Amino acid sequence: MRLKSLSAALVAGVLLSLPMSNVLAKGTGQIFVSSENDNAVTVLDGKTYAVVKTIPTGERPRDMKLSANGEKLFVIASNSERVDVIDIAKLEVERSIEVGEDPEMFAFSPDSKRFYVSMEEDAKVSVVDVAAGKVVAEIEVGEEPEGVMMSPDGKRLYVTSEVANMVHVIDTATNKITANIVVGNRPRRFAATPDSSEIWVTNELGGSVTIIDATKNEIKGTVSFAPKGFRADDVTPVGITMTRDGKTAYVTLGRANHFAVVDVASRTVKDYVLVGQRAWGVTLSRDESRLFVVNGLSDDMSIVDTKTNKVLRSVPVGRVPHTAVIDD
Amino acid sequence: MTLSSLLRQTLAIFAILLFSLPAAAETIRFAFLELDKDVRYDEKRSFHRNLSQPFGQPFAGAEVAMRESRFVGQALKLEFALERVKGADAAALLAQVNRLQAAGVRYFLVDAPAEVVAELAKATRGKEMLLFNVSAADDVLRQEQCQPHLFHTLPNHAMQTDAMAQYLVSRKWRSVLLLEGPLAADKLLGAAFEASAKRFGLKVVDKRSFVLSNDPRQRDQGNALLLTGGADHDVVFVADSDGEFARNLPYRTVRPRPVVGSEGLVAEAWHWAWERHGAPQLSSRMQKQAERQPSSPDWAAWIAIKAVVEAVVRTDNAPFAKLVSYISGDEITIDGFKGNRLGFRAWDRQLRQPILLATHNAVIERAPIQGFLHQQNNMDTLGFDQRDSRCKP
Repeated sequence: MRLKSLSAALVAGVLLSLPMSNVLAKGTGQIFVSSENDNAVTVLDGKTYAVVKTIPTGERPRDMKLSANGEKLFVIASNSERVDVIDIAKLEVERSIEVGEDPEMFAFSPDSKRFYVSMEEDAKVSVVDVAAGKVVAEIEVGEEPEGVMMSPDGKRLYVTSEVANMVHVIDTATNKITANIVVGNRPRRFAATPDSSEIWVTNELGGSVTIIDATKNEIKGTVSFAPKGFRADDVTPVGITMTRDGKTAYVTLGRANHFAVVDVASRTVKDYVLVGQRAWGVTLSRDESRLFVVNGLSDDMSIVDTKTNKVLRSVPVGRVPHTAVIDD
Repeated sequence: MTLSSLLRQTLAIFAILLFSLPAAAETIRFAFLELDKDVRYDEKRSFHRNLSQPFGQPFAGAEVAMRESRFVGQALKLEFALERVKGADAAALLAQVNRLQAAGVRYFLVDAPAEVVAELAKATRGKEMLLFNVSAADDVLRQEQCQPHLFHTLPNHAMQTDAMAQYLVSRKWRSVLLLEGPLAADKLLGAAFEASAKRFGLKVVDKRSFVLSNDPRQRDQGNALLLTGGADHDVVFVADSDGEFARNLPYRTVRPRPVVGSEGLVAEAWHWAWERHGAPQLSSRMQKQAERQPSSPDWAAWIAIKAVVEAVVRTDNAPFAKLVSYISGDEITIDGFKGNRLGFRAWDRQLRQPILLATHNAVIERAPIQGFLHQQNNMDTLGFDQRDSRCKP
């Protein structure tokens, strides 16, 4: 009995400490990749990387996330102004939720009952009730919001505005902005340290990552990138993810066709790894042995061994791939 | 009512006013200067939506930039304000500038032809203020007529024709028939293209003058067939600042040759069909504001305000001199939604930027075109590099 409750507590602890991923049970191992120009999600076998199925979705599928129970994959279909829900077991879209003009990226509340989606065209974040399938609130933010991240306790929502060059901090109880933090130019996406004390945000045009002190809502550091042979203009960081132990961050560098491996504690770049063209989306496997980088302009995905930081292989996916999600 | 109760009431009202006002936020003021009547925005002209002509007055672009600045204003506890000022001529605008400058305005957007811009800049030299030229592409403003406080966000003719020349070289369309109109502005365009052709190794096989006329005595200058016969060429470059002749040139040439320059394929700062780097969202905001599609001067007005706001943010609203040195320095990152970080050239205050080569409904290429390299910044292959500069501010 005591053992049981202890393990339950452990599971809960692990769950709470996961900032982004919300996977429960072991999945199929399949890899899902959204393709903006194919209006489809490509499903790859987790071992052979062969295409298992291509699932038609709404137009211009972009950000994707698994529901907390791991049974559904939510896919933003920007040009269809909706979010498609794919049933993982059946590999087909089972329902669609209308969200409004030009949704781009989103984050779930910890219980997955709501999600918060950036509306690129209208400079707002829409709060969507999943069960009701409708928008229940709208929050005005700076122009062209993109990256959306929820704090593990579900109390704070972070949103970037690419045009206002800032991160908005939103209180999810009131849906009010509690802080506006000016960061680098054209901020895009987020990662957080396991204790959520540091928020990392990529600055595409600034060519850097800004590190925010989440308790003070102040900037506490910057990581710059200078891969060999590229001018500063060509270094355009967009995608970012962090290991669960909070030791290593992976940052994709867009036009520089590389990703950077960053030591989080010292904020130094340990390695630059060549991948495909316009590397944006980046995802770690659950055991963190593999890193998946989607290359938007070479229509492929690089699979990286995180022990050696070597690209194991590149697999073709759909046209203009945006995001990879691994059901493991 | 006794005097004391009146006093009490007044005090109470005063107190309410004090507490209801936000803690005295500093206001950064912009003025947008334009002429009462500017032929460039004549509705008869914009009706045809000629490719190299503005679709309307660029004030809307400035308004969009103001709206985009509201959150940074909140974060810095600053306010940004924009005032639209009209005048009959340069003298009238100058009087307004002097008045506003004395009242604390430091940033002026000038939407006027080159002569007016030059006069304003000359008359205000040495004052604590900046002028942003948003709609005059004339090279001379960046060269002999440059001023230390005159910044240019619209690309100049040399940048446009260099972009076009790079494109023609990349297509291997190396021999060009140049058609030039009778207006002084046409000659400036023609001369800019000839300089670009020389710079990038294009051959101008012939240069002919056209006129807008059906007069049989001027037939050889008014008729597209007679103008485009003779020696073969790969492409026709038409230098037409007015646009009416150029509008009627494509598909009326003797040989099946593309028309570029003022029609067909043009080199512009902005085009509504540009779809990368967040461009569709910007164009959509401008469309909502102006109730028409945006064109280059809209973008130029928009980015002038964005440049000042960026400097205010990054210097934490530093004193004027420091702010100006930040705007003109290498450190600034101005986001023009064209993929590169933009900044002003130190030698002539021209905003370095990519140029879009576009047809009526598509962006075909973005210059600098791949392969045209520069030792510092590839965008400096467009227009006046430091060694070409005749600006002595």
